[in-house]
Amino acid sequence: MSNHTISPEITYNPEVSGSTKVIWKTFWILSALTIVELILGLAIYNIHKGESPNHGLVLGFKALVCILTLAKAFYIVAVFMHLGAELRNFIMTITVTLGLFVWFIIAFLWDGNSWKNMRNTNAGSREYKIEKVEKLPAVKEGVKQ
Amino acid sequence: MANVTTLPANTKWWNGGRSPFNASYGKVMMWYFLMSDAFTFGAFLISYGTIRFSVNDWADPNAVFNAFPFAGHANLPLAFVSLMTFILIFSSVTMVLAVHEGHHMNRKGVEKYMILTILGGIAFLSCQAWEWTHLLTGEHATLLADGTLTTMSTTPSSNPWGQHVDVAGINAALAKTSDVELAKVFATVGSHGADHGSATAVLGRNEMITAIQAAAPHVYTEGRPAFGSYFFGITGFHGFHVFSGVVINIVMYIKTKLGHFDQRGHYEMIEKAGLYWHFVDLVWVFVFLCFYLI
Repeated sequence: MSNHTISPEITYNPEVSGSTKVIWKTFWILSALTIVELILGLAIYNIHKGESPNHGLVLGFKALVCILTLAKAFYIVAVFMHLGAELRNFIMTITVTLGLFVWFIIAFLWDGNSWKNMRNTNAGSREYKIEKVEKLPAVKEGVKQ
Repeated sequence: MANVTTLPANTKWWNGGRSPFNASYGKVMMWYFLMSDAFTFGAFLISYGTIRFSVNDWADPNAVFNAFPFAGHANLPLAFVSLMTFILIFSSVTMVLAVHEGHHMNRKGVEKYMILTILGGIAFLSCQAWEWTHLLTGEHATLLADGTLTTMSTTPSSNPWGQHVDVAGINAALAKTSDVELAKVFATVGSHGADHGSATAVLGRNEMITAIQAAAPHVYTEGRPAFGSYFFGITGFHGFHVFSGVVINIVMYIKTKLGHFDQRGHYEMIEKAGLYWHFVDLVWVFVFLCFYLI
C-alpha cells in the first residue's frame, strides 16, 4: 500500500516504513535540545543578574546554545523534511548553496564588530568624541545651537 | 506498480526521461523556494546581528520578554517563548504524521493530523498576538537623555530597555520630572503602588513620588529603536509565514476532505505543504535563538 506513482519522472519509491518511531524519537530529541537551551538561557540570565558577570562564561554558553540550535535545525531538515532520504545529488544542491551562509555570517558580524571598534576608538576617520556626543542630553545640544 | 522500491543499479540519472533527483518538479521547486526564503530570513537575522555587534549596548531579552498571560507582573523570563516554541515543534510533529498517513493513503489519518497542525498554527499566532499586544501597549518608566522620566512602550520606533538606572538615578530624575509625566510614571507602577486606584486623581506630586519610590520600579534609559524595528520586523515576517502556512494547511485539509488526493492516487501535496510548515518551524528555531536566548 505504500507505493504510489506520483510522476513518471520518479525512478523508484523507497519503501515507506509503517512505524512512526523515528518521528517520535526526533520529537523527543528536539524537545530535549530545547530544554537544554532554556536551561542555558536561564543560566545566562542568572550570570547577568550577578554582581560581576563572567563574560567569558556567558559567551561560552551562548556559543553552546548556537551549536544546539544547529543540531535542532539538522534534525528538522533531515528527518521532518525528509532531506536525509533524498538522493545525494539533490541534498548537495541545497546544502552546498546554503554553505554561502558561512561567509555571510562571518563577513557581516566581522563588519559590525569593526564598526563598534571605530565607535569606541579613534580608529578610522571618525572623531573619538562621536559616541559621547550621542549620549549628551538633547536639550543641552539645543542650547549650544 | 510501475515503480520499483529499490534503487536500480547503474541508473543513468542524467540521460533524460527521469528526474535526476528522483523527485517531482513541484517538490524540487518547493525546496528551492524554501532555500531562497532561508536567505531572506538569513539576511534579516544577519542584519540584526551586524547592528547588535556594532553597538555597545542592547536590550536584555530577559528584561523585555518576561511576561506570561494572567501572571500579572511576575518576572518569568523565557517562559512564554518556550510555550510558543513547544507549540510549533509539536505542530511540526503532527504535520509529519499527516505526511506519514498520506504515504499510506489513510485519508482519515491525514485529516486528523492536518486539523491538529492547523490548531497548533492558530495557537502559535494567538500567542504572538498576545506578545505583540503586551509589548506595544505595556508602558514602562523610562529615563530620557534630558534627565527626566517619561513612559514608553516597545514599538518599532521606541525602546524603553536601555541601561538599568539605579535608585539614586531614579530619585534625581523624579525631582526633575514634570507633574504630567510623573502621573504617567505613577500609572505604570500600578498594583505595586501604595494607594493606587480611585485615589490617583487626588494624589499630589510628593505623594506620587513617594508611591513610585515605594514601588521600586525597574527603570531603564531610552534604548535603541533598532531593537523594536528588528524584533517586530522579523517576528512579523515569520508570523506572516505562519499565517500563510495555516491558510495553505486549511486548503490542504479541504482538498483531503473532498477526496482530491485519493482521486489523484497520491498525497504529495500534503508533503509539499509539510515542507513549508517545517520550514516555518525551522526559522522559528533561529528567531528564538537570536531574539530570546542570546
